[in-house]
Amino acid sequence: MSGPVQETAEIFSVQSVGEYKQFTLVAPGIAASARPGQFVAVSVGGERTSMLLRRSFALYDMTPGGEFAGTIQFVVAENGPGTQWLVRQPTGARLDVVGPLGTPFRRPNDPVPAVLVGGGYGTAPLIPLARELVAGGSAVEVVIGASTAARLFGELVARRTVGHVTVTTDDGTAGQRGLVTDPLPELIKKIDAQVVYACGPMGMLRAVGEVAREHAIPAQVAVEESMACGIGVCMTCVLPVRGDDGRSRFVRSCVDGPVFLADRVRWSDVGRLPDDLVGAAGMTRTPMRGGAR
Amino acid sequence: MADMSTTLSSFRLPNPILTASGCAAAGRELGQFFDVAELGAVVTKSIMMQPRSGRPTPRMAETPSGMLNSIGLQGPGIDSFIANDLAWLHEQGARTVVSIAGGQTDEFVELARRLYGHPAVSMIEVNISCPNVESRGQVFACDVSASSRVIGAVRRAADPNVPIFAKLTPDVTDIGTIARACADSGADGLSLINTLLGLVIDVDRFTPALGGVTGGLSGPAIRPVALRCVWQVRQAVPHLPILGMGGISSGLDALQFILAGASAVSVGTAVFGDPSAPMRILAELEAALDERGFAALSDAIGFAHLDADERQARMTVTV
Ligand SMILES: Cc1cc2nc3c(=O)[nH]c(=O)nc-3n(C[C@H](O)[C@H](O)[C@H](O)COP(=O)(O)OP(=O)(O)OC[C@H]3O[C@@H](n4cnc5c(N)ncnc54)[C@H](O)[C@@H]3O)c2cc1C
Ligand SMILES: Cc1cc2nc3c(=O)[nH]c(=O)nc-3n(C[C@H](O)[C@H](O)[C@H](O)COP(=O)(O)O)c2cc1C
Ligand code: FES
Repeated sequence: MSGPVQETAEIFSVQSVGEYKQFTLVAPGIAASARPGQFVAVSVGGERTSMLLRRSFALYDMTPGGEFAGTIQFVVAENGPGTQWLVRQPTGARLDVVGPLGTPFRRPNDPVPAVLVGGGYGTAPLIPLARELVAGGSAVEVVIGASTAARLFGELVARRTVGHVTVTTDDGTAGQRGLVTDPLPELIKKIDAQVVYACGPMGMLRAVGEVAREHAIPAQVAVEESMACGIGVCMTCVLPVRGDDGRSRFVRSCVDGPVFLADRVRWSDVGRLPDDLVGAAGMTRTPMRGGAR
Repeated sequence: MADMSTTLSSFRLPNPILTASGCAAAGRELGQFFDVAELGAVVTKSIMMQPRSGRPTPRMAETPSGMLNSIGLQGPGIDSFIANDLAWLHEQGARTVVSIAGGQTDEFVELARRLYGHPAVSMIEVNISCPNVESRGQVFACDVSASSRVIGAVRRAADPNVPIFAKLTPDVTDIGTIARACADSGADGLSLINTLLGLVIDVDRFTPALGGVTGGLSGPAIRPVALRCVWQVRQAVPHLPILGMGGISSGLDALQFILAGASAVSVGTAVFGDPSAPMRILAELEAALDERGFAALSDAIGFAHLDADERQARMTVTV
């Protein structure tokens, strides 16, 4: 896997999809090596902006160059000022993009049945994965969910890619009323799934991980943590994760993730400093007021 | 083309652009974007004796033209640092400034001993902007005697061929007094500034936005404060070299620090928005010096402290 590059990428198109905007960028350098599960970090606000930090978006598509220059796609939900600026950028505008970043979803060497679970725009990175799994001969089930119909993403393309898709919404405005985890056990059994892949809000990922564990299969989940740099230099994006040696550490979700095995993430300790974390003892020894940054 | 070489005490650098501690890890990740051996030097994340987990998340909040961070000095501890990070930097041929931090004077001293004679270490930056365990967590660099004690002890313990720079916090009444105390205790130079203590409150959760409650403010928002500190320290201790930093994101920003008296500058937060910022800033600074008729970077150091006649006289010589 080659490393990230920084590119000035022209917006080829912007499409509305429900409440989201789907961007297609001409970004041959990133498209050349990007894998499903990886993300890009985009500068926002223009040249004289007071917003210093890049915004991260999971890759929805990566089409390496051939006859035409390579393109990437991602899906943006309007959130704060940065994404509000981004969704107003017109076709032809140029964006400063760094990518591909982070670890991709790991694919099994041999085709194995897999269930893909997407929450909201979290379905986006699962679509290119679904495409690869299907092409590799895996049986694939997709379940997507959102709070309400307008926040669903990827129903049509998922249906086209794998033939069928299960939809849930919290309010029942589309598909069955409830959570994505409701139909999940049924789908795992249906194809005798050997792995679950998921992307969406942290609470959903945790719940998906629990369902997978009950069925004794691994879940690979793509997390979303606040990131200042996205390239591994600042240590803002950490999560408490159990390592191969059984010991837990704060690891960077931008380079060691965003894809983690769900049962390695200590979900209930996110936002806390558990005593048994490597290096936690050093913290209590030093009374940390705001001083040490 | 202006001669960009500079010195930080006995440490010679081909150019004055360094990374800032905690904003470049140990250089490896930035190495994907440019050759770190082309930097003036890599300044590594402050290292302590033992592995440290750092603080709980959230660790970051974006602020207007800046950001607040509360990492809590997460790091692998000195042994792992030497075996992995320093070894990697050595392999790359990168000039390296190692930043050290401690909870008490002895920890700083032990760190300096571990680094003694290491061929990859060109300079040590002593991060005294961290809390002193023996003084109920008061920041060393907020206290004249604590600063003097640490700097004096590190100077005695460290390799005499390696310059020791004290890294100062701006959160003091008179930064000149602290700078003078460090100079008197044997500091070979001063790095400034570290972040300013700040706070952001999450109005939906009704709590401080950061897990560590308060955090350090960095980025262009602090640049005028940083520049004022460099100016004052240059006047307080004119004989000591300054490594200036705080919100530098362009060549002209860097030039302001040089004119105010810095011999070199560190680029910190700008790297988060633009991973190749150090190389861009170096090119911009070189062009800015050329445009202004400086034959050498060293001619511009502290230039803004000269009075109008002196400036005039020097300019006609150099141009
Ligand atoms: C790996 C990864 C993949 C992502 N993929 C997508 C995607 O495909 N589509 C999409 O719409 N959004 C995605 N996000 C979330 C997106 O990055 C945030 O919504 C966005 O950064 C918010 O910026 P803002 O200026 O609108 O909001 P503000 O709240 O004003 O942002 C302020 C700061 O907080 C950070 N921040 C705020 N919310 C988040 C968040 N949820 N996650 C991370 N950082 C945050 C911002 O980066 C910024 O630095 C992803 C985040 C990560 C980390
Ligand atoms: C995320 C982050 C981590 C930092 N960690 C350290 C550190 O470990 N040691 C240190 O001396 N300074 C640390 N700093 C301070 C910077 O080195 C620098 O002094 C400060 O950020 C001002 O420069 P800037 O505005 O260019 O970032 C850190 C700053 C940031 C933003
Ligand atoms: S976002 Fe900076 S280390 Fe992950």
